[in-house]
Parts: sequence; C-alpha cells; structure tokens
Amino acid sequence: MIVQMVRRFVREEIVPLELSLDPDTDQLPPDESERLKDMVKDMGLYGLGIPPEYGGPELDMVTMTLIAMEMSQHRAGLYAPCYGVFGGAGLAQLFEANEAQKEAYLYPTLRGEKRGFFGLTEPSGGSDPARAIQTKAVRDGDDWVINGGKIFISGADRADYGLVFARTSADKGRGGVTCFIVDTNTPGFHVRRVVHTLRSAHYATELQFEDMRVPHGNVLGEVNKGFAIANDRLSRQRIPYSAGCIGVAIKANELAVEYAQVRETFGAPLASRQSIQWMLVDNEIDIQQARWATLEAANLSDLGEPFRKQAAMAKLIASEGASRVVDRCMQIHGGYGVTKDFPFERWYREMRIRRIGEGPSEVQRHIIARDILGSSLR
Amino acid sequence: MSVALTKPWIPLEQSAVAALPGQLGVFEIADEHREVSYIGFAGSKSLFGLRSELSEWLDRGSYFRVEVTTAYRTRHLELLMDHHRRCGCYPEQNSESELAGLGRLS
Repeated sequence: MIVQMVRRFVREEIVPLELSLDPDTDQLPPDESERLKDMVKDMGLYGLGIPPEYGGPELDMVTMTLIAMEMSQHRAGLYAPCYGVFGGAGLAQLFEANEAQKEAYLYPTLRGEKRGFFGLTEPSGGSDPARAIQTKAVRDGDDWVINGGKIFISGADRADYGLVFARTSADKGRGGVTCFIVDTNTPGFHVRRVVHTLRSAHYATELQFEDMRVPHGNVLGEVNKGFAIANDRLSRQRIPYSAGCIGVAIKANELAVEYAQVRETFGAPLASRQSIQWMLVDNEIDIQQARWATLEAANLSDLGEPFRKQAAMAKLIASEGASRVVDRCMQIHGGYGVTKDFPFERWYREMRIRRIGEGPSEVQRHIIARDILGSSLR
Repeated sequence: MSVALTKPWIPLEQSAVAALPGQLGVFEIADEHREVSYIGFAGSKSLFGLRSELSEWLDRGSYFRVEVTTAYRTRHLELLMDHHRRCGCYPEQNSESELAGLGRLS
C-alpha cells in the first residue's frame, strides 16, 4: 500500500514535472518543492529514515528498501530521489550523540533548520579510511586543533555543521580516529572548491582545515573510537544505495521495452529481433538478481542478524547490474539514447559513480571474501 | 584547477556572439570596466547553447567570456560562489531565484 502510494506519486507528480526542468538539475523550483512536501506530509511519509522515537514513520528496512526502489524511478532519481521532498534523516550518526549535541545539532536538523555534511574521505584515499586519514587533531586545553583536508564531500558549502574524522593518536589504524562535530563558521574551516564530476546532482567539494579549534564537547562518541561511527554508516548505507540503482534500472528497462515495441527497423519492430530480446532478458535477470540480494540484506537487518556480507553483495550486484541495464537500454534507443531529451545519458554518467561510491566493487569483494574466510584480509 | 573563469574578455557584439559554438557551458557578462555583472549558463534547454544565451545579453553588457563545459550547472554555482568569495557580493544582474540556496567558498 505505502509502496504503491510512492509509485503513484513518482509517476504522477515527479516524472511529468521533469519535462519542464533542466535535465541536469537536482532542485525543484521552491514553490513546487513546498507543494510536493505538503503532499508527502499528508501521506504521512515525510522524514523517511528518521526513527519513530524522533518523529519519523515506523517503517522496517524491507519497506524502506522497496520505497527507495520506487523513489529513484525518474531522471534525477539516482542522486536526488524525488528531489528531496520526502525529507531526510539527517546524519544518522547524531542519533548516538549526547543530549547537548542532539539539542545543538540533531533536533534543528530534523526540524529542517540546520544542515550537516559527512567528512570522511581524504585525498589520500577513501576505501581504507582507517589508514588513509591524515587530518590531525591535537588536544590543546579544552579544545582540539584540527589541520588537514577532505575531498568529495557533498553539501559542505551549504552546511551549518559537519562530522569531521581526524587522527587523534599515533596509532595508524582504526583505533586512532575521532569524530568531531564542526560548525562551518569556525575560523580555519574552508570550502576551497567544487569538485566537478560525472554526477549532475549533489556536487562534491574540497575542504581545508587550518588550525581549526573545536571544543572537546564536540567530540561525537569517544576519543579514538570514531572509526566505528563511520563504519556503521558504511555498511547500513549500502542497502538503500543498492535500491536506488535498482529503481533506475527498472525505469530504464521499462522505457526500453516500450520503445522496442514501437520502433521499427527494416519493416519490423525492434522487439522482434532476437538481439534486442536478449538484451531485455539480460536486463530482467540483472534486475531480479539485484532486487533479491538487496531485499535479503534488508530482511537480515530487520531481523537483527549480521548483514555486512549480504549488504556488500547487494551493493556489488546492484551497482554493476544496473550499469549494464542502463547501457543496454541506451543501445536499444540508438542515437536518442545519448541525447539529453531522454534520461539515459544522465543515468549512464551517474551510475558509473555507483561502482565507486560507498566502497568500490573491489572493496565489496574484499568484504565478502573476509566473511567467507572468517578473518581480516591484509 | 583554477576556480575562477580566466578566458579572455571579448567585446559583446553581434558578430562575436554569432561566432560562438552551440555548445553547453557557462559565461560571464561584464561592464565597460570589465567588472562582472552577470554569471549565467547555457543548459540543455538552450536551443543553440552558448550562442542562444549570449544573444539575449547583447544590449546588457560590454564584454563577455565563455567556458564550454557539460558540467554547466555545478560550474555555474561554483563561479557564483567564487565571485562572492572574492568580491563579497553577487553579480548585480543575477536574480534572487538564481542565488537561492547557494553555498559558500572560503
């Protein structure tokens, strides 16, 4: 029922609206955005992802995953599903914050009064953050002094605060990383530039910290235990990330099936050609594999069982499978497939990032191997 | 990578605009002192890309410069933010709706 409501909303409200928008936009005109947010609130679905105790709807991970598969079924859907009119959960790590931090950052974020960013990746690497983090924080009285930089950070230029991970001990591994809540108006905090990528939505930025003083009270969790905060997000986030890929693949395939039946070549519809039929068959297989893998990970999460391996498999299967689906659909559409008149070129560009973001395919295989072999691979 | 647009200024005249490519990209309009008064982009909805967009500005500035890029949206936002970082204000001819929700560089 909820999934059908979201499907209808995407098809009747979002897709028609996109016809008049710039094909690369990630924002709705303010009046349209407010109108659609009101509709979502009336549906009781605003703030998806916010735990019920903080005012969000009571939804399990399987339902959330099915909804995420619907929400991405439009041109901007991969990185701007429904243009954000369903609201966000903010930074989930703040649910673990102490009460003073929640008052200062979490509650204003849930009320839509503040925005945050997540600052983990550095120029020295993103797949192995425990070792790659070179940003340093040194204790000085009641403050920490942070120096270093981050890259590929979304939303930092518009944020009021961010979670910044920095090394706080000589320990080179996971044990020496701490998470700080940093106000973006702190002296020494700089957003140096936009990092232009294949992605049209939610551009990334490069940050620099120069003798940035952060109060000790802004340590999130415990000193030297920040990596667990980052790691928890990385595993859990892979499920909706996979669902977004699947939604785009479903929509792309739907368009390709329609087109193959009406487009004629040499006197017959494309759909009558075996080469095209096999592309559509392969699309269907890729989509089904990804759907079941992702729903299994979501189900394990709901049951409270370990799901790290399944989430890694879902992310691997969904991001690689959906990339193949979009590529085949583009091929079926021929020249039109690469124009900005159709959504495939945007999906094609943005889907390429999905095989790298939230841990590249190689890291997912590493995680799966580690689970199979029962030990940490070095 | 240089954040600011550093292409040479060109007099904003019909013949120069007519010679522009029909590609996607960003542009700046300047007054007679070469002070930037508008930062815009030619997106996918522009019939003839930069040529179409610049032709709308023929009588509203003295100079222009362009940068061809398919990342026209993020580049446009970056140029606006960079202008604010360097000058402390936005170009006078950019409307409030173009600046809504803009971030900041520092």
